[in-house]
Amino acid sequence: MSDLLAARSLMAMSLGFHIIFAMVSMAMPLLMILAEWRWLKTGQDAYLIIAKRWAKGTAIFFAVGAVTGTVLSFQLGLLWPTFMAWAGPIIGLAFSIEGFAFFTESIFLGIYLYGWRKVSPRAHLAAGGVVALSGVVSGLVVVMANGWMNTPRGFTIVDGMPSNIDPIAALLNPSGLLQAPHMILAAFAATGFAVAGIHAFLLLRHPDNPFHQYAFKIALSVGCVSAILQPLSGDLLAKRVAELQPLKLAVFEGQVQTQQGAPFRMGGIWNSEREVFDYVLEIPYALSLMLHLDPYGEVKGFKDFPKENWPPIGIVRTAFQIMVLIGFLMMFLALWAAWLTFGTRDIFQSKTFLRAMVAATPLGFIATEIGWVATEVGRQPWVVVGYVKTAEAVTPMPGLTVPLIFFGALYTFLALIVTWLMFRHVAATPDQFEMIVSAQAS
Amino acid sequence: MIELETALAIVLLVALTFYALMGGADFGAGVWHLLAHGSSRRDQHRLIGEALGPIWEANHVWLILIVTILFTAFPTAYAQISVTLHIPLTLLVIGIVLRGSAYAFRHYDIQDDEIHVRWDQLFALSSLISPVLLGIIMGTITAGNFSLSPDSFYEGYVLYWVQPFPLAVGILALVLFAYLAAVYLILETSDVQLQEIFRKRAIAAAVFSGLLGEIVFFLGKSGAPYLWGGLTNNIWGGLIILGTVGFTLAAVWFLSTRQYWWARTCAILQVTLTIWAWGVAQFPYLIPPYLTIYNTSSPEFTLQLILFVLLLGALLLFPALIYLFRIFKSRSVFGQHQ
Ligand code: HDD
Ligand code: HEM
Ligand code: HEM
Repeated sequence: MSDLLAARSLMAMSLGFHIIFAMVSMAMPLLMILAEWRWLKTGQDAYLIIAKRWAKGTAIFFAVGAVTGTVLSFQLGLLWPTFMAWAGPIIGLAFSIEGFAFFTESIFLGIYLYGWRKVSPRAHLAAGGVVALSGVVSGLVVVMANGWMNTPRGFTIVDGMPSNIDPIAALLNPSGLLQAPHMILAAFAATGFAVAGIHAFLLLRHPDNPFHQYAFKIALSVGCVSAILQPLSGDLLAKRVAELQPLKLAVFEGQVQTQQGAPFRMGGIWNSEREVFDYVLEIPYALSLMLHLDPYGEVKGFKDFPKENWPPIGIVRTAFQIMVLIGFLMMFLALWAAWLTFGTRDIFQSKTFLRAMVAATPLGFIATEIGWVATEVGRQPWVVVGYVKTAEAVTPMPGLTVPLIFFGALYTFLALIVTWLMFRHVAATPDQFEMIVSAQAS
Repeated sequence: MIELETALAIVLLVALTFYALMGGADFGAGVWHLLAHGSSRRDQHRLIGEALGPIWEANHVWLILIVTILFTAFPTAYAQISVTLHIPLTLLVIGIVLRGSAYAFRHYDIQDDEIHVRWDQLFALSSLISPVLLGIIMGTITAGNFSLSPDSFYEGYVLYWVQPFPLAVGILALVLFAYLAAVYLILETSDVQLQEIFRKRAIAAAVFSGLLGEIVFFLGKSGAPYLWGGLTNNIWGGLIILGTVGFTLAAVWFLSTRQYWWARTCAILQVTLTIWAWGVAQFPYLIPPYLTIYNTSSPEFTLQLILFVLLLGALLLFPALIYLFRIFKSRSVFGQHQ
């Protein structure tokens, strides 16, 4: 394996691993405070137990998120020193802002986890609110930084070096502004669905357990609201990609030749010899309509761009398609949930729905991972689109396969342990809950 | 008005000081976890676990802040450090990952069983290794003199950090962190037996750190000539060295007479002074002799913005930190028990 490929794989692996923990740490605090707020309002202990249980689980995710994030802030330099020397003055500010968000998040998470009896209930709830808010802020800022790599702004090139640097313009870049809300929604949708899925599984076994009923409802409502907004936000984002990164969008949508009245294509396998997609299903005029609100609008094809600037077509297109498919699946589930809640008013009776939710447990995380693959691989061969190529940015350090294998083993180990801990976590819940119920009954 | 570059160098030094005093002490606590023995072994472990619980995440963020300031304000220095010190930096982050994860696995697990001993061991072991690596990295940067066009892998990526000076700094960092932790832990408990245990350890660590400080200083004569020059050429250098020795002796005295508050103050001042002595001597170099805070800095507007963000952040951060410590450390830090 070449060092460049090893560096790219290592970066992708670290990011893909970190993002799972970051998403959970972003979304769980909201679920926790919703449960705690219900407890303060209703006085029902089940809500308190939910909040406490969720808090313990979140603490594990948060800690692993914090240390893997630390790996990333070093790895940016360890793997891409040239990129960082180039980009640091322009986009580094985002990470410094993020640093303070991390501080507030860590401080108030400490208070939330250990302060149950040390601060007033209101202060405790507020601490949870601060954790939720600062988590979202750190997610926003880092994704805006990533957006800058797609649509670089805030500098001009003089003698091959960036000058007239304006970090504010860089941070407020057009891609980032729409990527950031899409990512935050992804975190809430994915985590909401995953947690709801776990409780749906337990509800199928213990249908009358209020602990799981309440937990399911809270997680489901957060997940559903986000899952309905997600395709809308994705649509806005796609329009922006069409405008500013037409090559990338053409690859996403499988648009080979420039065309007026472009159809929306589903499926398809990239045939790199004949340079066409085989086996596509077309909905006539739909793509032009979606992007330009005009059935005859022009959509650029990627053959209009020099071939050396094409990203790997097959991977990017497939990844994008799966994300969109999952997006519609999750939206459908969310609408189904809304119909059950407001129509029949008994969401727990529908075993089919609960089973569907169990099946949907990992969907949001899969969509996120794969959406990032579409975004990042779709940006290739550039690190900073139009300015720095990935191959120019890599460290001169040889032998990068060694850290790649090492971190691979480390992440596998951590993933196994966290999974196992979560199984213990889930397995422990109902029994202890029943104990409390019986204690109160007697 | 003080220059932007200098202001940011000072901020870096302040952040480094906080990281050493807070995050460093958390590493040190891990070392005492490893060394805990005797009949009160379990109590020692519990004390350490409880002392870290609410604060270690926040303490860890100082390191992240340092890295982000470095790559925003002095990006070429960050790039050079990342290249030459690739190996120890990678080992350091692995240590940090294992330590944080092991702590979380141990303390936020829902069940309580045998496997927790393993997490404790992993936590303690990585607490031992990470500070040494951190010290080695600092020592190598201080020594500087990196070859601009290395001839071999060895020269490019290994040579500079396997020298006596960086290794000595690594051990010094470990001992200083352990010293801080021991002194803090005395004030974290009201159990006299535990206090006595950590009092003895604190005295040993203080003496050891004083000796090591001298060794590092003398190794620096050939190992880090710029540092040595900076410390011996001016009056400040002499005062600072006298000061650190003075604080060590005073801390030992206060520990012997069980005046723990004063002992802790002296330990904090000793570590602070050591870091600032380094900073003053190093000025204006980031990696001597080629990279200074001037020739590696970002454009002025970036520096202004980051300083502004840091100031604003500090206004947010310090009240929050004080709130955190008031809740959990009211007795040990704010002394609200008498
Ligand atoms: C739960 C996860 C999830 C779901 C259901 C969707 N997405 Fe997404 N999408 C992401 C999670 C995600 C992501 C992983 O978070 C990305 C990667 C980069 C980013 O900012 O968000 C992303 C990127 C991304 C991009 C690329 C932006 C770029 O390259 O600059 C587009 C155009 C869309 N999405 C569009 C959609 C559409 C039309 C969806 C409709 C159904 C959709 N996404 C569902
Ligand atoms: C969790 C979300 C993310 C995932 C899963 C992800 C995934 C990837 C992948 C797959 C690559 C390799 C692309 C290739 O070489 O073909 C990559 C590269 C990279 N990503 Fe991301 N990315 C994420 C977010 C980010 C963010 C937020 C940033 C920066 C702020 C970032 C910065 C980079 C850099 C610097 C590279 C290396 C250069 C390159 O290969 O283009 N990524 N990422
Ligand atoms: C799409 C990509 C990303 C998102 C949405 C994201 C979001 C988050 C969130 C919400 C947290 C706080 C929760 C936690 O500590 O577990 C976090 C932690 C962290 N992230 Fe990321 N992140 C992303 C990528 C990155 C990248 C590219 C870097 C490196 C430069 C990074 C560096 C960090 C660091 C250092 C922490 C630890 C902070 C702490 O100690 O609390 N993250 N991230």
